[in-house]
Amino acid sequence: MSDHQINPNNWIDLYSDYLYNYTISRVNDSNIAQDLVQDTFFAGLKSMKNFKGEATERTWLISILKRKIIDHYRKINSNKGKAEVRMNYNSDTESEGDWLEERVADPFDKTAEDKLQNNELGDAIIDCLSKLPPKHAKIFKMKTIQDYDTEAICNELNITASNLWVIIHRARVAMAACLKENWF
Amino acid sequence: MGNKKYKVFVSCDVANHVCDKTQYNEASLWEKIKLNLHLLYCKACRKYTQNNQKLTKAIKESEVQCLDAIAKEHIKEQFEAELEKHYH
Repeated sequence: MSDHQINPNNWIDLYSDYLYNYTISRVNDSNIAQDLVQDTFFAGLKSMKNFKGEATERTWLISILKRKIIDHYRKINSNKGKAEVRMNYNSDTESEGDWLEERVADPFDKTAEDKLQNNELGDAIIDCLSKLPPKHAKIFKMKTIQDYDTEAICNELNITASNLWVIIHRARVAMAACLKENWF
Repeated sequence: MGNKKYKVFVSCDVANHVCDKTQYNEASLWEKIKLNLHLLYCKACRKYTQNNQKLTKAIKESEVQCLDAIAKEHIKEQFEAELEKHYH
């Protein structure tokens, strides 16, 4: 008997944000990240019969995604010559001399530990988001994470501003409570 | 309504609404004054404001990113087409 079931019907709703957040912190390009997430779902569907139920669906999908990310880096590095030196400083004469500046350590660069903690916090936030009613989660995400204007959201979803604020309020109360339990 | 606008003491509902708006920098100065006045004597709203600010800070610090709604819809469509194929 397996402990975990697999059911691809809800994958996108349940895991796409989680996978996307995982990917974007590793590839830094939203288009590439979207492609990798999509590939992961497709690959997951294809190899569903290999799912043994030892891990949760999400963990299983993440393990596929990890491979996709590694493959992605392999692909961009396998182009001829890139394996050796990947700095093209004298490509144009205008930016000559800029190289020194680029090489100076960035004092604002985050340490590995900061990043790790951020990733965990991000996961906690997405977990909490998934517990909200879908409509609330969608509006909260648009407003808070994607920084859409109130007006833009209202137009897009056909709701009034006061409607939006009521939903935002409920979402914020729920999110704060959920994060309090799991994080703060 | 006109009357309400100039009221100095506001209800908890109004105060919390202003507090929400403040999290997105959408509250006016006058609203913020009313909120802060309310917070002086209302412990429950102080608590809410505190939690609300924590939430804002956490989301900012986490640098969490979400899939754009349109992109998500796109992935969903493609995936559902694939799913259809898979079952038939």
